[in-house]
Amino acid sequence: MIAHSIFFYTFSIIAIVSAIMVTASKNTVHSVFFLILDFISISCLFIMIGAEFLGMIMLIVYVGAVAVLFLFVVMMLNVAQQKNQWFSSEESSKHIPVGLIISTLIFVELIIVVGGWKYKPDLFDINNSIEINKVSNTHSLGQVLYTDYIHIFQISGMILLVAMIGAIVLTFRKRVGVKTQSYIKQISRERTDGVSVLNVESNKGVKIDD
Amino acid sequence: MEYLIIFFDQVYRILFLLVPVLVSVAMVVWLDRRVWAFVQKRQGPNVVGPFGLLQTIADALKYIFKEIIIPSSSNKVIFILAPIVTMTLALIAWAVIPFSATQVLADINVGILYLFAVSSLGVYGIIMGGWASNSKYPFLGAIRSAAQMVSYEVSIGVIIINVLLCVGSLNLNDIVIAQQNLWFVIPLFPMFVIFFISALAETNRPPFDLPEAEAELVAGYQTEYSGMMYAMFWLGEYANILLMCAMGAILFLGGWLSPLEIYPFTLVPGPVWLVLKILLLFLMFALVKAIVPRYRYDQLMKLGWKVFLPLSLIWVVLTASYLFYFNLLPVN
Repeated sequence: MIAHSIFFYTFSIIAIVSAIMVTASKNTVHSVFFLILDFISISCLFIMIGAEFLGMIMLIVYVGAVAVLFLFVVMMLNVAQQKNQWFSSEESSKHIPVGLIISTLIFVELIIVVGGWKYKPDLFDINNSIEINKVSNTHSLGQVLYTDYIHIFQISGMILLVAMIGAIVLTFRKRVGVKTQSYIKQISRERTDGVSVLNVESNKGVKIDD
Repeated sequence: MEYLIIFFDQVYRILFLLVPVLVSVAMVVWLDRRVWAFVQKRQGPNVVGPFGLLQTIADALKYIFKEIIIPSSSNKVIFILAPIVTMTLALIAWAVIPFSATQVLADINVGILYLFAVSSLGVYGIIMGGWASNSKYPFLGAIRSAAQMVSYEVSIGVIIINVLLCVGSLNLNDIVIAQQNLWFVIPLFPMFVIFFISALAETNRPPFDLPEAEAELVAGYQTEYSGMMYAMFWLGEYANILLMCAMGAILFLGGWLSPLEIYPFTLVPGPVWLVLKILLLFLMFALVKAIVPRYRYDQLMKLGWKVFLPLSLIWVVLTASYLFYFNLLPVN
């Protein structure tokens, strides 16, 4: 039990400190790396409470894909521009009230969630939980997700698909004058298309029409 | 005291796994260079030790004694962290590889997801190295490699889903045992081919070695690295290649199972079969390096997104429908 709590506190301290560092560090790329560290330590916490599937999916989706795209965007920014004091400049005073309102809202929401959680009805009685322990995490998740919540699951998939198509449509530009390669054209090209053997009369030459 | 015993027991087991992995990485580098040389009718490294077997050890010694140069305009912390991240990620993934039914360091429920997660983290070492070098070629190499690894990971994920449909478990030992009657390479052969090619792209091997294409980018993300830090990138890369081979062997070639369950084959212990299968796949990796010319970058992305992803998705639907129709779905 002691070892368990040592690990728990290690991961939680890393998570909290790196979350603070995300906002505190001056370099944007460093912020993203701290964000990644935060994701990793939180997925470690998930694994510690026995939600190994959730922890691994968190690693794959957030760290393996989302954070890579974050890094991509941030690295393209000019880091030298970031050096000017954004927080103390004239423009920032406009953003601070909005940010404060949003962060207060999130804080209130968190308090409501944590407060309401205390009064939730017990979902599992003891008999139930023993049965749950027999099947693995992934199995039980699948049994719930693909039976009771199949419609919600499908709808969320559809929303993601629509969002993806929307993003592609918004960013798609038809560029003219781009030479694209067509494999079919290249492969189906015969020798006779490119080369022709002509009988050239002397002193007259051939006319090449193109 | 009790914790200390557990601790030392675990350290012993980890060392018993990692030391062979590192030694085999060294041997595999030698094998790679030899195969490459033989295809081109050269001798390859054959001077140091018997058949040149100790060549990699000599190289490693040379790297250790070389000076580590850190560019003055680089981001030093991230520059130093990058090879460490690459090396660590390449080694921690070996924890879940089953060498026989009992010989596995961590027999976790979500073994295959763990492998997939660790291999998807591998891109960070390269991005960090490329960005922190603060130089054009490494940055270009890092961006190329990130785009490439993210794209090919998608099709590897879908291929893993194919296998999981047939197994019904995320545990690696269960995946191996499910292939007792028929290795998955036979019913899922197209997926095996796509997995192999995606593994080449995922590990930045030729013909997909654009992140380190020497003709265009000097050495890609490794350009500014020297000495031991370069060697760590290099070791991590080969450990990753071996890991991908092990993944292929477990997913498609029956892991530690013997090819035929008859007398002379059953005498050979499981780990030997796994190592032989890994070596077979690695030999294919090495031959591809020697034979196939490098892809152009747009062709590479086209292959990943427009060919492999649709094909593997269609195959998921086919596998699922087949299993459902013939009532073969693994239900427990």
